[in-house]
Amino acid sequence: MAKYLLLKHYQGAPEPVNCIPMSEWTPQEVSDHIRFMQDFGARLEETGELVDAQGLAPEGRWVTAGADGQPITDGPFAETKDLIAGWMIVDVDSEERAYQLAAELSRAPGAGGEPIHEWLEVRAFMEAPPTIEG
Amino acid sequence: MDDVALRALVPHVLSVLVRRGADFATAEDAVQEALIRALRTWPDDPPRDPEGWLVTVAWRAFLDMARSESARRDRELRVEVDPPPGEVSALDDTLHLYFLCAHPDLTPSSAVALTLRAVGGLTTRQIAEAYLVPEATMAQRISRAKRTVAAAGVERPGDVRTVMRVLYLVFNEGYSGDVDLAAEAIRLTRQLASQADDPEADGLLALMLLHHARRASRTSPDGALVPLAEQDRSRWDTATIAEGVAILQAALARDRLGEYQCQAAIAALHADAPRFDDTDWVQIVEWYDELLRVADTPVVRLNRAVAVGEADGAPAGLAALATVDEGVPRHTAVAAHLHERNGDLELAARLYADAARSAPNLAERDHQTRQAARVNQLLRESG
Repeated sequence: MAKYLLLKHYQGAPEPVNCIPMSEWTPQEVSDHIRFMQDFGARLEETGELVDAQGLAPEGRWVTAGADGQPITDGPFAETKDLIAGWMIVDVDSEERAYQLAAELSRAPGAGGEPIHEWLEVRAFMEAPPTIEG
Repeated sequence: MDDVALRALVPHVLSVLVRRGADFATAEDAVQEALIRALRTWPDDPPRDPEGWLVTVAWRAFLDMARSESARRDRELRVEVDPPPGEVSALDDTLHLYFLCAHPDLTPSSAVALTLRAVGGLTTRQIAEAYLVPEATMAQRISRAKRTVAAAGVERPGDVRTVMRVLYLVFNEGYSGDVDLAAEAIRLTRQLASQADDPEADGLLALMLLHHARRASRTSPDGALVPLAEQDRSRWDTATIAEGVAILQAALARDRLGEYQCQAAIAALHADAPRFDDTDWVQIVEWYDELLRVADTPVVRLNRAVAVGEADGAPAGLAALATVDEGVPRHTAVAAHLHERNGDLELAARLYADAARSAPNLAERDHQTRQAARVNQLLRESG
């Protein structure tokens, strides 16, 4: 019973096997990919493991407080190394199960209908401390 | 009637439905519906006979569910509307429900969810909030668990061991959320212990009570973790401690030792010390040795090393630590503590910082970060 974040990157992850960018797929391949992602989320809800699934806009801005406390923005920077595309949060019985789900997600179909073998970053949530400490 | 008293009726109502011939999965849904209706209507219109009310409403809900299910299957009504006479079973139904919900084919999280709903009488929404998952996900987890139980056959349920494991998990989940899971685990374990003739069930209850009694002192007002050595012992709940100790003593007298009784004995020795310095560490080490005989795990060995460090000094503690698997959580934190007591502040400061980085939860990370900061400040002041 632990929550894990399955992070999908636009940039910054190791290169997948099937690395042709999405914009060069056929429209049908794009639809199939999106359908796979939706089905995957629906299936995780059915297994009682889905907590959240979200996508992020690719363009972000850096924000800091100015001397007057008001926001100052900078960017977006095209050269940003690490760019997060979205995530799934799962609540599972073991780390192995989280890896298993990431592996399934990694096999989402891409160009030619072949699995992308995308790299996903898996991070454990910090949870409440146990009541019985020792 | 308060919420807890209402929930205490749930396992019995469910047993009545099952005895009348309802299948477990549908009956459980029907009881949940009756429960939700009770929570909504009873505050304004309390029934004279709460249990009778729940049985009647749950049975009607069951008939509706069975009818629509059978109508969907073959558009025929097959279910008798009149309930068969309720036979009084010699078997203890509530205990059987516990065993069913801790079925060995269920994953821990499924067994926990099903136990909290079918035996604990919590609503799906309350369980979802307690475990911070969406209600739809929790609903699916519970119906899937019921399908698993049905497919595996209700004739091969879990036993008192698997039930205790589930209740331990519920207790250990802590105090987050609207529902007090620790209090709920104590209530269910109390019920289990009263029905299962097993000193380990009493040991588990004692263990929970002894930890629960220290609850108020475990965190500071700003939410920071307060280690045992620094807890304000005047805030410990002495009545709960006394109850835990009495239950433990009765269990130990039956001479069937197990891991929960050993853990409770260690908790009782801590509870018994008016000040940290009064702690009987020698006896605590002896109980850890007993615990190792029944449950030799890296976590037990790690905690034993801490106790050895207190009983026989830091070098002995470090020697004990050397035999513990380094991969066990909090290993680095314990090493940092023992090295600090051994006078090696520089190493301790480094290890505290490492411990913060690998901490499994936020409270622990913050605590270890403060420890590192404290020792580094000592080093600056002395250097």
